[in-house]
Amino acid sequence: MQVSMTVNGQQRTDEVEPRTLLAHHLRDNLGLTATNIGCDSTSCGACTVIVDGLTVKSCTVLALQAEGSEVTTLEGLSTDGEMHPVQAAFRSEHGLQCGFCTSGMVMAAVGVLADNPNPTDREVREGLEGNLCRCTGYHNIVRAVLKAAESGPAAGQVPAAKQEVTA
Amino acid sequence: MSILGTRVVRTEDPLFLTRGAVYTDDLTDERLAGALHATFVRSNVAHGTVTSVDASAAREAPGVVAVYTAEDLGDLKPVPPPLPFLDAGFSRPWLVPVGGRVHFVGDLVAVVLTEERYQGEDAAEQVVVDIDPLPAVVTTRAAATDETVLFPEVGTNKVAAFGEPAPEDFFADCEVVVSRAITNQRVAAAPLETRAASAAWGEDGRVTIWCTNQGAQQAKGQIAGWLDLDPALVHLITPDVGGGFGAKIGADQEYAFVAWLAQQAGRPVRWSESRSENMTGMLQGRAQDQVVTIGGSRDGKVTAYSLEVTQDCGAYPRIGTVLPTLTMLMAAAVYDIPKVHAQATCYATNGTSIGAYRGAGRPEATAAVERAMDLFAAEIGMDPAEVRRINFIPAFTEPVQTSSGATYDSGDYEAALDRVLEAAGYAELRAEQARRRERGDVRQLGIGVSAYVEITGADSGHGTSENAELEVHPDGTATVLTGTSPHGQGHATTWAMLASEQLGIPVEKITVLHGDTDKVPDGGGTMGSRSLQQGGAAVHQAAVELVEVARKRAAELLEANPDDLEVDLANAGLSVKGTPGTGVTWAQLAADEQLIVQTTFTANAPTFPFGAHVAVVETDVESGKAVVTRLVTVDDAGTIINPLLAEGQRHGGIAQGVGQALLEEILYDEDGNPQTSTFADYPFVSATELPSFELVEMATPTPMNPLGAKGIGEAGTIGSTPAVQSAVVDSVAHLGVRHVDMPATSMRVWRAIREAQNSGAQKGSTN
Ligand code: FES
Ligand code: FES
Repeated sequence: MQVSMTVNGQQRTDEVEPRTLLAHHLRDNLGLTATNIGCDSTSCGACTVIVDGLTVKSCTVLALQAEGSEVTTLEGLSTDGEMHPVQAAFRSEHGLQCGFCTSGMVMAAVGVLADNPNPTDREVREGLEGNLCRCTGYHNIVRAVLKAAESGPAAGQVPAAKQEVTA
Repeated sequence: MSILGTRVVRTEDPLFLTRGAVYTDDLTDERLAGALHATFVRSNVAHGTVTSVDASAAREAPGVVAVYTAEDLGDLKPVPPPLPFLDAGFSRPWLVPVGGRVHFVGDLVAVVLTEERYQGEDAAEQVVVDIDPLPAVVTTRAAATDETVLFPEVGTNKVAAFGEPAPEDFFADCEVVVSRAITNQRVAAAPLETRAASAAWGEDGRVTIWCTNQGAQQAKGQIAGWLDLDPALVHLITPDVGGGFGAKIGADQEYAFVAWLAQQAGRPVRWSESRSENMTGMLQGRAQDQVVTIGGSRDGKVTAYSLEVTQDCGAYPRIGTVLPTLTMLMAAAVYDIPKVHAQATCYATNGTSIGAYRGAGRPEATAAVERAMDLFAAEIGMDPAEVRRINFIPAFTEPVQTSSGATYDSGDYEAALDRVLEAAGYAELRAEQARRRERGDVRQLGIGVSAYVEITGADSGHGTSENAELEVHPDGTATVLTGTSPHGQGHATTWAMLASEQLGIPVEKITVLHGDTDKVPDGGGTMGSRSLQQGGAAVHQAAVELVEVARKRAAELLEANPDDLEVDLANAGLSVKGTPGTGVTWAQLAADEQLIVQTTFTANAPTFPFGAHVAVVETDVESGKAVVTRLVTVDDAGTIINPLLAEGQRHGGIAQGVGQALLEEILYDEDGNPQTSTFADYPFVSATELPSFELVEMATPTPMNPLGAKGIGEAGTIGSTPAVQSAVVDSVAHLGVRHVDMPATSMRVWRAIREAQNSGAQKGSTN
């Protein structure tokens, strides 16, 4: 079947098997491999992307369910070579090690900050409960999100359609 | 100013954060164009005899190119256990044949090759496998009886034994003796990237294998051996690797299988496993039952300590079989105990094979002795921190030999404890605990103290050496080739810092390459916290040697005396001393002739980082739920090159220790069926279950390498696990509880409280 969606600001129309998961569509058909798959039980959040302003675990929705949607992945977060505030904060605070959780973690963090632009340490932790990281112990991820919050509302927005994001 | 010791952000991050790292399953290498997908058919029975495998329907399924069962394996020979002293009867078949035995849920029975990924899952389901179940051996206790023997040709489930029983009178002269059976449970390493491999054969008869692994060179050697290939024909590449924690040490049979399948099919083949497959198929860790016995005098001096280990090796013995020898070596830990006894017996069971997991043998030693110290302290009614202080090996700067046979390089255990107690506000914590106990609060405070020392950079198959190649290019940039294999540790940044320190070439202009056996034929990989102290030291050595080569070359160009030249940081080259900007640049030095150095650094011996942790928990004594509220740690790993990255290693280690202490455990039912084979069932520690950590600095350099660095990868886990367990026990100690096994779940804590109350004992031995 055909599916059309706007991915990182670009209109994409592709042929997919109806059962194709959005995560596989992004990775295998569109070549956007920053989105990772770490589990098969909707537990890890490595596949988190933003669909129409909502953070979504892309392993739990079908590509077809994203028909007509605006999808943002990690690859679509920076503008003109300039890192998004959350990306920049992950770097400065060493919020990533192996990087496997990072794409989902960054997208989820954007959602957390959209919901709550000035979160506490605890609120960040609760906001990221659905995103697992085996490397960092979450310490520097939390610091990165708190640091990104200092840069204001842009930290909770995605560039493509300048849409508002809700977790 | 020296770049060493500064918080340099990672050079690898911009790509990781904007485009994503490139893991094995992300590869778009043209050699993999048109690749088939491999899907393994695995046993869903833990122990049994295969009576039939019918692949006929699967062969007709859409997209199927081939299905292989044991009959189709040609002359592939079963893979012997990785340790030469183990009985070859423990060999693992590639696919279990009809008439053969499956030995764990996840054992391989067939493999399907399809055009598309989803077709593989469909077709695999159509392979009909009949298995006659045999009684499953789930515990080492059952294994030890040999009532059911897993490998009849071996004749026993006992895989190996190390050490002798303690003499009968071992504790005869002790005033107080406490003994307890404790568990260091089986856990999953659970790197977020599951296993994956791809392979393509070239027209030159060579195979390129990409896989997610902690040491390309070791994996290549194993795969070549298993497939009976000339190693020169194997090119193994580890792309970006999404975490390992020990479970990606050594090749897995599936990786070699992918290469074999690609050869058979005449097309490239890709494989990546699901998480459920990973939770049964990937090596797991720990899995020790221990008996600790500790004896001494009522004034707190420990004079004898015994540790008996029973190691579960899982179905096909792998590296986990020898990890108890590290547990035994480190049994005495930070303590000056006159008599230490340790022994281990290892058994095969119908579980997933046991391998290395963050700390690999050493956390088990620390957990055991720290629990023993707490039990001893409770028995004599002394503060646990005080008991430790009385028994520490005094501060030393010259090597010290312990009663369990290790030779420590440098340490000051009491200073580490002092620092952590002060940073935690230990006296105030005890006062607050007393107030809550007095008031009978529902939420009681528990304070756990641990002290540890561990061995890093031990020989894990590559001696204590590592090599490095450093080349400066005509454009003034440089390349480092290393035999270490980073998978999150940030070597691209730290190794560049080490080269930059000597050459003055900025970190951004230094590229670090690793994990490609054509480019780096020899290397020990990243494991056992060896990388900086061996691989980093090799890069440092290469840079020092390169400066010497350059000095001679510059002297000729400048018609100067080499001794008068020095590295000119501002000018990125060499100049006459005291006259910066007058010399030649690196670019000029490399212009006409290759400027390159290859070197090997060999450490004299391993190093022994140490530290002390304080964990604070709040336990709801009605529900038994314990929450970690603080973790304060001293982790002394000698000289720190990049504090930002070293702290990251500590954070991750600490978190995994909390995970084991409170939450995580691989469980089987009595038939050997895994009960924790998805992330929905396995309680992987999440952000909400952890506090932010309070790290305290301490750095005692080692004389074993010119950097003064010890390993930091595993220390956090080794210290935090017993601290958290101890804190949970401490939170309910006033209710009569002396011990709670890991993971200290609400249910376990609740039960321990009930049992203590029922036995009516406020003091003395309980539960
Ligand atoms: S891959 Fe989507 S939640 Fe784990
Ligand atoms: S950085 Fe490795 S899983 Fe998060």
